[in-house]
Amino acid sequence: MHPAPSIIAFTTFSGLGLGLLFWLGVDPDPPTGWSAFAFFLIGYLLAVGGLMASALHLGRPERALKAFTQWRSSWLSREAWTACAALVVMGVYAALLVFFGVQVHVLGWLGALLCLGTVFTTSMIYTQLKTVPRWHHWSTPVLFQLYALGGGALLSGRVTTGLVLIGLAALAQAGWWLAGDQRLAASGTSIETATGLGHIGKVRAFEPPHTGSNYLLREMVFVVARKHARKLRLIALGLMAVLPALLLLLPFGHWLALIAVLSHVAGVLVSRWLFFAEAEHVVGLYYGKR
Amino acid sequence: MAQPRVETSPRVSDEVRKTTCYMCACRCGINVHMKDGKVAYIEGNRDHPVNKGVLCAKGSAGIMQHNAPSRLRAPLKRVGPRGSGEFEEISWDEALETAVNWLKPLRETAPEKLAFFTGRDQSQSFTGWWAQAYGTPNFAAHGGFCSVNMATAGIYTMGGAFWEFGAPDWEHAKLFLLFGVAEDHDSNPIKMGIGRLKERGAKVIGVNPIRSGYNAVADDWIGITPGTDGLLILSLIHCLLKAGRIDLDYLARFTNAPVLLNCDPKSPDHGLFLRDEDDKPQVIDRVTGKQVAWDRPGITPDLTGHVRRAGVTHTSVMHLLAERYLDPQYAPESVADRCGLTSERIRALAGELARAAFDDPMVIDRPWTDFRGDRHDRMVGRPVAIHAMRGISAHANGFQTCRALHILQILLGAVETPGGMRFKPPYPKPAHGHPRPHAQSTPGQPLPGPHLGYPQGPEDLALSDGGEPLRIDKAFTWENPLSAHGLMHMVISNAHAGDPYRIDTLFLYMANMAWNSSMNTSGVMEMLTDTDECGDYKIPRIIYSDAYSSEMVAYADLILPDTTYLERHDCISLLDRPISEPDAAADAIRWPVVQPDRDVRGFQSVLLDLGARLGLPGMVDEDGAPKYADYADYIQSHERRPGVGPLAGWRMSDTGLTHGRGAPNAAQIDSYIANGGFCTLHIPEEAQYFKPWNSAYQDWAVTTGLCDAPAPYLFQLYVEPLRRFQRAAEGHGDHQPPDHLRQQIQEKLDPLPLWYAPDAGDPDTYPVHALTQRPMAMYHSWGTQNAWLRQLHGHNPMYLPTRLMREHGLQDGDWARITSPHGAITVPVMEMAALNPNTIWTWNAIGKRKGAWALKPDAPEASKGFLLNHLIHELLPPKGDGLRWSNSDPVTGQAAWFDLRARIEKVPPPAESQPAFGEIASPVGQGPEQLAWKTKP
Amino acid sequence: MTTLPEKTTRSLGLVIDLDTCVGCHACVISCKGWNTENYGAPLSDQDPYGADPSGTFLNRVHSYEVQPETGPAQLVHFPKSCLHCEDAPCVTVCPTGASYKRVEDGIVLVNESDCIGCGLCAWACPYGARELDLAEGVMKKCTLCVDRIYNENLPEEDRTPACVRTCPAGARHFGDLSDPDSDVSRLVAERGGIDLMPEQGTKPVNKYLPPRPKDGWQGEVDVLAPFLEPVAEEPRGFLAWIDKTLEKL
Repeated sequence: MHPAPSIIAFTTFSGLGLGLLFWLGVDPDPPTGWSAFAFFLIGYLLAVGGLMASALHLGRPERALKAFTQWRSSWLSREAWTACAALVVMGVYAALLVFFGVQVHVLGWLGALLCLGTVFTTSMIYTQLKTVPRWHHWSTPVLFQLYALGGGALLSGRVTTGLVLIGLAALAQAGWWLAGDQRLAASGTSIETATGLGHIGKVRAFEPPHTGSNYLLREMVFVVARKHARKLRLIALGLMAVLPALLLLLPFGHWLALIAVLSHVAGVLVSRWLFFAEAEHVVGLYYGKR
Repeated sequence: MAQPRVETSPRVSDEVRKTTCYMCACRCGINVHMKDGKVAYIEGNRDHPVNKGVLCAKGSAGIMQHNAPSRLRAPLKRVGPRGSGEFEEISWDEALETAVNWLKPLRETAPEKLAFFTGRDQSQSFTGWWAQAYGTPNFAAHGGFCSVNMATAGIYTMGGAFWEFGAPDWEHAKLFLLFGVAEDHDSNPIKMGIGRLKERGAKVIGVNPIRSGYNAVADDWIGITPGTDGLLILSLIHCLLKAGRIDLDYLARFTNAPVLLNCDPKSPDHGLFLRDEDDKPQVIDRVTGKQVAWDRPGITPDLTGHVRRAGVTHTSVMHLLAERYLDPQYAPESVADRCGLTSERIRALAGELARAAFDDPMVIDRPWTDFRGDRHDRMVGRPVAIHAMRGISAHANGFQTCRALHILQILLGAVETPGGMRFKPPYPKPAHGHPRPHAQSTPGQPLPGPHLGYPQGPEDLALSDGGEPLRIDKAFTWENPLSAHGLMHMVISNAHAGDPYRIDTLFLYMANMAWNSSMNTSGVMEMLTDTDECGDYKIPRIIYSDAYSSEMVAYADLILPDTTYLERHDCISLLDRPISEPDAAADAIRWPVVQPDRDVRGFQSVLLDLGARLGLPGMVDEDGAPKYADYADYIQSHERRPGVGPLAGWRMSDTGLTHGRGAPNAAQIDSYIANGGFCTLHIPEEAQYFKPWNSAYQDWAVTTGLCDAPAPYLFQLYVEPLRRFQRAAEGHGDHQPPDHLRQQIQEKLDPLPLWYAPDAGDPDTYPVHALTQRPMAMYHSWGTQNAWLRQLHGHNPMYLPTRLMREHGLQDGDWARITSPHGAITVPVMEMAALNPNTIWTWNAIGKRKGAWALKPDAPEASKGFLLNHLIHELLPPKGDGLRWSNSDPVTGQAAWFDLRARIEKVPPPAESQPAFGEIASPVGQGPEQLAWKTKP
Repeated sequence: MTTLPEKTTRSLGLVIDLDTCVGCHACVISCKGWNTENYGAPLSDQDPYGADPSGTFLNRVHSYEVQPETGPAQLVHFPKSCLHCEDAPCVTVCPTGASYKRVEDGIVLVNESDCIGCGLCAWACPYGARELDLAEGVMKKCTLCVDRIYNENLPEEDRTPACVRTCPAGARHFGDLSDPDSDVSRLVAERGGIDLMPEQGTKPVNKYLPPRPKDGWQGEVDVLAPFLEPVAEEPRGFLAWIDKTLEKL
């Protein structure tokens, strides 16, 4: 799949933002006043910024509101609803906290759940796609949740929890990659089933239907060299988990914490790039590509 | 939520205008849907005899051709050096006056100094007529590098060929054998026919080094080594003769198999037919045992006849044929290796042919009468249909290979019989029924007859009394006596060399000679720009007419911009290459379904204007005023013979409108338009098969105006005119070839087909065969300017068989240098498994010159696309005898571009395919950044 | 339409004969022409005369080489457009309801005025049947020429999809695949028509007829041999055979 910057930014930043909001929502002893304002601002900037970025991906962004209509069947529509609900509920919770110093636990918990729900609906947009076997697995939502929770914990200053969750995310990510590498082959979809010609013999794509590019190739057939992918995976894990862990295990300092967070974000961006770039859409089989 | 309402009956168009496609040479009928005066959609015309409603990719993309940014806008005068593409737009008056100033003095002093050659011209009977009136012997179209071998071999052997001339009997064939077919003439009919065969469960066998297109759907594929088709066919003939699987009755009645031949090597008439006082070839009547003329009513010609006359033994052609082809040199075991096949494969194919032809004959219960007066109560046919094209034609042995193929068809009794191959009117028409070539020019006078024709012997050659070639292309000379289509590919080379003489003006129409329509493209570009010691161009003047900014435009001095095919009048005439089908004669028109929005004019109208300004006979009346207002006027009012004009439909008789013969009708084109742009003259049922011998057909042809008297004839298994050339080469007669050609003529102009290996380079140095073919969705260069089609074929790889990919360590997308005896190209490669293991190939004419066709200079056609043409030369490498030996068939002069041999080396990818050429300036600018074409409703 | 209809009255679709398709691209361009001029936005082309021409097409012809265990490689031309699946994943993922499957005939359509161009339907389609038009920003796909097949402004015989009408080899067939007695259903039954990627569970309506077995001549060698039984080995004997045979005629 084409690693579109808008989509990478969307999933990365909205995940982080919603993760941060989750922790703010479940915090029994949340910050208040300006401190709360700062935390919620960061959470909202990330979450809303990410969601806005996703609109850049649309061919007709001016019609985006229509996306709320199909919640009964469409994960994308459900995501729109959960995102709005999460932001509204958390907004009320935050406003009470920031301006009145009042914590309404139920609202916090509800908002936190909606944040996780939003991350879940986002992940289900990808997970539901049978056409991308690498994504089409229960572990994809788990991975998204771990990323959101780990990153959110870090942002909210929960060093230990954050490190544990990031460690889990890193482990899950490594497992997801290794298992994902086998998933297209295991899906049963091949150039033989794609063409129905397997009963004759081994099938090889010959002349493509067009010598130039097209939407399908640009959008769904992105071929990343295996050796580059391996390198990038190590870089992603290093930036996302190893470096933040090392930095945070040093004596605490704000600068170190900031670098740890930035490193984590950079690592998530790399892993998200790989999430798309390595994902093989079965349509590539028609073009003899994977 | 409710389902959205969809408008399921939108208005399709304001009006449908029916005309004829020109996106290739197939000439399908099209419905042009007009909205708001603009072309909105093009589809096939269901009523049309050629395509019956279907339409290929090119045809459907016509709208993009019509709107192409490459269309020329006004006449152009060259202002930069030749090849730069620098022009200024001028008025038509200036353009025509310039042309007249060049051409008028030439006509008065030396008309042969005008060389007028047309490329993909569909008005050759008109352009030829113009050239004849002008008086130059130098006229032809592109047949010489296209398929003259196929056409000529067919005409001399059986009075017809494939393509426009004949077609398989799709409704009755049970076995269809297809040899190397090119994709344009008959492109939709072949696809429709194959579909029909498949529907009926008939078997399709493809013989082609490349398994693409029609060969991909063939039930069996025979991936033969290029240039060896003739050998395979002669081996099939060997097997069939040996097994007696030939149609003896058919051979005896309808072919010259029983004709008696002089068999005495000492006789000066050795190899000629025994003739009577009326010059009629003789046969032995099996019933009386007497020697009689071949066409005597009531006789039964004896296939094994022999007679001794004046001390000379004469035996039947059949006798000679048996001796020739029963020889073990043609046994499958002897030929298999050279053909790249196994002997079992060849035998199995021969067995298939025998089974299909004789196990289950195709019988139609329809009585008919032959020319000898014999009544046949049924039509018995051999349901083996064979079709072939350029693949076997464009070789130096192509003429004899095509001949061999026709002999195979005839031995099976599968021509003009149910289930076999059938002719399309005006064919059948034997070689002796065609004109002979005319080339003797006289200043200020028209040429005494048509330029092109079918020589019957050395006396018909286009040679001066001193034996010098009269034509610039050296057609109809000892080098290539039967060059019935002329030799367009030699014109520039010969004109540049001043061999046989210098010319002044080269006048070309629709022929991209500075690019894909020439072999040795780089050489041709140099010749077109080469100057003499005074700094003048060696070819002093070039006039070119084209509708589009092709590569050739840049190399001309004066451009006469043509219209697109939707803006013009045309006639696809029975005098030329009509759209007939085996059951009907048919012709068609084009008419301006839209008016040009630029200052362009239909070329034929311009030619008439030019003719009138030059005062050419037939183009001006007694007062010197133009006789025809424009081409449409010519189409309606010109008469070639009394009662016979360019169009056969809706002529005037005493009683009103009539088809066939009749006086001109000033509303004829309107009638064509009202009838969908074409006219069909159905052949009566009784006359639909056995046409060359069928009295009913012969009578119908006379009534229709195809010929003036019934002219039945025999299929020529043995072609006597070839023997006449051989005889001359042996030293007999007044007309003698130059000594250096005697051996070639004796060997290659054999009156019975033979096979010889083409001389195309040392197989050890150049071990690989290299071919091109045309993609079904593209036609020559034309497709490239088409925004839709160029997305399908924007560049072309060189396809290599798996074996060669491995051997050279190549992967898809790698680059290789391909070297021939003449040159080298560096190009991207791709693997193809379904390919002869010693053959490489690419798509034809995808590569483009930077700046041409209104494409951006970085278009993939120019950066990755390439021409194979750079590897092919019009001449063979020098042999050290100081002579220029052409790379062509020694019988017809057909350019032998499929003989190409090459070698391969892997190389690092260059920045672009090599050779690369500089950008030419575009006289029309470049196309837009985005297209979203929609006619506003 | 948020969800797929439980059942459609008819299942209109195409049957594509891989044994007959010669790969000429006629259907591709005919489709481009009709659908540029008709349903919805025109199918646009970007950089149409430049270095990277790329436009929207609703139907494309691939080609594949198949290497059997014995015999030469085969080449199969393979036209592909929307298969109008019964369980069309492209419909259910659509967040706006622009994509829907028609109840009356099963045609999967995009209502362009509702499309936000998110591209998710194209992601959900395993067949590459949907292309986002860059000029219009909406998703384009095969409409099965819904504006032809019922079009009262067209003569009855022309009420077929443009690709079917134009196909020179007759490799494309259009009809109701839910009716077991329709021509297309019979063809599918006779020729063993197949689904593409059945494991994707999309239940395509369009079917593909596989190529017939090819290059089976070796199995026929013994059957054919008698047809080549010699009547003579050399010319004299051959001519004698002719004489003898002609006597009998």
